[in-house]
Order: sequence, then structure tokens, then C-alpha cells
Amino acid sequence: MRTKVVNSAVEALALAKARGVLKDGATVMVGGFGLCGIPEHLIVALRDSGVKRLTCISNNAGVDDFGLGLLLKTRQIAKMISSYVGENAEFERQFLSKELEIEFNPQGTLAERIRAGGAGIPAFYTATGAGTVIADDKETRAMLRPSEGIGGATIPGRGFGGRSGTAPQSGQPRDYVLETGLYADVALVKAWKADAFGNLVYRMTARNFNPMMATAASVVLAEVEEVVEVGTLDPDTVHTPGNYVDAVVKTTPEKRIEQKTVRK
Amino acid sequence: MPLSRDQLAMRAAKELRDGYIVNLGIGIPTLVANHIPAGADGQKMDVWLQSENGLLGIGPFPEESRVDPDLINAGKQTITARKGASFFSSSDSFAMIRGGHIDMCILGAMEVSEKGDIANWMIPGKMVKGMGGAMDLVAGVKKVVVTMEHCSKDGKSKIVPECSLPLTGRRCIDMVISDLCVLKMDHDKGLFRLIEVAPGVTVEEVKARTAAKIIVEGDVPVVGV
Repeated sequence: MRTKVVNSAVEALALAKARGVLKDGATVMVGGFGLCGIPEHLIVALRDSGVKRLTCISNNAGVDDFGLGLLLKTRQIAKMISSYVGENAEFERQFLSKELEIEFNPQGTLAERIRAGGAGIPAFYTATGAGTVIADDKETRAMLRPSEGIGGATIPGRGFGGRSGTAPQSGQPRDYVLETGLYADVALVKAWKADAFGNLVYRMTARNFNPMMATAASVVLAEVEEVVEVGTLDPDTVHTPGNYVDAVVKTTPEKRIEQKTVRK
Repeated sequence: MPLSRDQLAMRAAKELRDGYIVNLGIGIPTLVANHIPAGADGQKMDVWLQSENGLLGIGPFPEESRVDPDLINAGKQTITARKGASFFSSSDSFAMIRGGHIDMCILGAMEVSEKGDIANWMIPGKMVKGMGGAMDLVAGVKKVVVTMEHCSKDGKSKIVPECSLPLTGRRCIDMVISDLCVLKMDHDKGLFRLIEVAPGVTVEEVKARTAAKIIVEGDVPVVGV
């Protein structure tokens, strides 16, 4: 079996370049929630690769001197697709001066768009954001809740045979917004353990967006803390099967904490 | 006397029920975890707190020696996981939220409309930080409770006929707990009903400081906190 383990984050990025997907104008997914579970070294290597005009899909945008904040400082990002970007002064400056384009997605919609993209689903309906600016220029359609369309049909007038709910708001069609799946050129993810086949295991809340992103890009690069022998990960505990992953790099992450809170 | 932040949290905690799965927003809602009431057996109610970054079963803040950068809540604070907790991805977390598997969420608001719309994520012309998980929570959680100041700093009612700010969700708020009163959505009438007033606050005062149309009928009890 050919190993997917490479020696450095730079080497991992070079693989994405060699495959022709990492170039100026590329779309890159970056895992993490805040600074938790971000691929620190791959982000630095992405900066050092010098690619420009990137679209970055990431829940947050790092802080000024860490995480994706590093690529904002060097102006390598043209557009962010995120749900919350509150902790970054350089981001705010570029946003207010319109140097940076930003597409806000509700966090669950962002997660599901990535999941759908990786699962081969081009679009889906969600109640999130119906009747708000998020639904502007998108198709909205009235359907019953899946829990009320028992037997399958959730679109009124198409053979709905379910029971009506008892709560006043139940049993009535509600508005759902059509959202599209997301797929990137490259995904940078952070896991805890990997083996040479690329099987990944995440740790606690550092899992967050990483497993979906690992399914939704042409080339998937994983930064991990430990590489173990093939066969030592319990198949029942593998979160991301190895076929999704193109390269694995072992690093020693800093794991910076945004808000340390302790018991008083 | 209008309710203090802690009293707002105490009143909101009275909406908890034994076994509830609950998501708490940042600010006053976070304080609700300090006021989980006793259940029928006199023990503290068994309430499970969900964190949308992928944890069901938030525990207390860690001891200094047990701080772990891989274990944070949605406010990015270091936390612990309680016995019986589970970790999952963001898509699983929001499947839980949108799919109606969370009993209640408590969150703050800039404006709430008389029909139950909420605005709490952006002010046009100002820096927009994003909605995070708020739109998913108000769209999917079974019972949505807002804790907020009744009026803005310049004295304007935040409970309004129609929200002027961009919405987070439409027709989704079940209860508003403000420093002046408690309003409960009457889903048949499609308006909020005044169910409690803060100690020392009169019904007339609530009406005078509320721009929205609300239902006021009979005697209105005082909030017990």
C-alpha cells in the first residue's frame, strides 16, 4: 500500500499544486470552529505557497496573527464564505473598505451545504433563513415538516397522507429555502490521528467542520497529531474513511485558546 | 424594580423541564445554566446543554490543570463534558437543531415583533459579524425563548409592530422574558400575551413602554424570582 503520509505541510500543498487544483483564484475549505481544530501548519503553508485571489470556505476567519488571519494580512483571500467572523480586526478593516467580499451563511446551512456537496447532492431545502435576507434571490417553497409528512410526501398537493400535528403551528406547510451544495478545489482539515491509508479520527469539539470538508474537495490534505500503523485504528471509531484523504502530515500544533475559562 | 440580568436568567430557568435538551446563547442565556431548578424528586433537574460546535452535555468550566484546547463551547470558552456526553460534527449538530431534536433554546435579541419575528444579527451600515447558528436555532428548536432588555438605551421599545432590522427568523419566538415582563405567544391569536410583570412594575407601565400590540387580560401576576 502506498502511504499518504508526507514529510511537511509544504509537501502536502505541493501535491495539490502538482494536481493543478491549487492556483490563483482557487476555492479552499479550511476546517475549524474559532481556533479549535484548525489546520495550523497547512494554513501557514498555504500562505507561503503564494496563491492569490482565494475563495475561502471556513466557519470563521481566525484572529489577526493566527489561522486564516495570516492570509488576510497578506491579502491572499478575495472572498470568504463564513457564518461568523467577529474576532479579527484586519478582517473588519478589509470588509468595511470593501477589499474583501463576504458571503454569510447560517452556520447549519454552511455545514449542510458542505455535507451535501461531498455527498453528491446539488441542492436541498431548509427552513433556516426563510423570510430573511438569506432567502433573497433563492427559491422558497412551502412544504410540510418531514415529521408531519409521514409516509413520504412533504409537499402539499402531492399525495400528502400524514397526520396533522396538535400544536397550533404544526400541520401547516412552512417555507423552505433552496440552498446549493458546496465543493472546493482543496480542503485543509485537522484531525487527531491518522494512518497511512488516510483514515482519520477527530478529537472532542475539534471535529466540527472537518469531517464534511474532508468529503467535499478535489484534493483533501489532513494535518494530524499522530500517525499510527495501518490496522491499529478500530474501524468502528474511524470518522473519515481513508479514501477521502489525499495526503496526511504530522505536526505539533500550538492549539491556541481564544477564551480560557476555568472553574472559580 | 426591573429584573436584573441574573433575575432574567432565573426566570428563564423556570421554563426548563426535567430531561430537556437545551441550547443557550451567549450573554444572559449562558447564566441560565447557574439556575437550573430542582425537579420533582428534589434533586437538580436533569438538563442537557447542547453546544452547536458539536457537544451534547456541557459540563462546568475545567480546573486549571484540565483546560483542553480541543474542548470549547460555541462562545469559544474552554469547558468540560459531563458524564454521558457525546461529540459530533457541525452537520450532525445542526441536523439535531433543524430536525426538532432540541427542546428549547434561549437567546438575546435586538428587536422582536408582535407576531414573533426576531432580529438579532445585523445593523445595516455597521460591521456585520455574521449570524452564526442563530438562524438555524430559531428555525428548528421546538421552543424559542428570548431574554432581553425591554427598551434600548435611548428608551425605545424593542418589542415592535414590525422589526426594522434584518430578520433572523419569522414567526418563531414563543416567549420573551424582559426586565419588565414576560410575554408568551398565543399561537391562535398570533400575538404575545402579557403573563407576568416584574416586581414593582405595573401593567400600565408595560403597555406604555411596549410599541407592539400585546394581549392583556385579567390579573397579571408578578414574576416570581
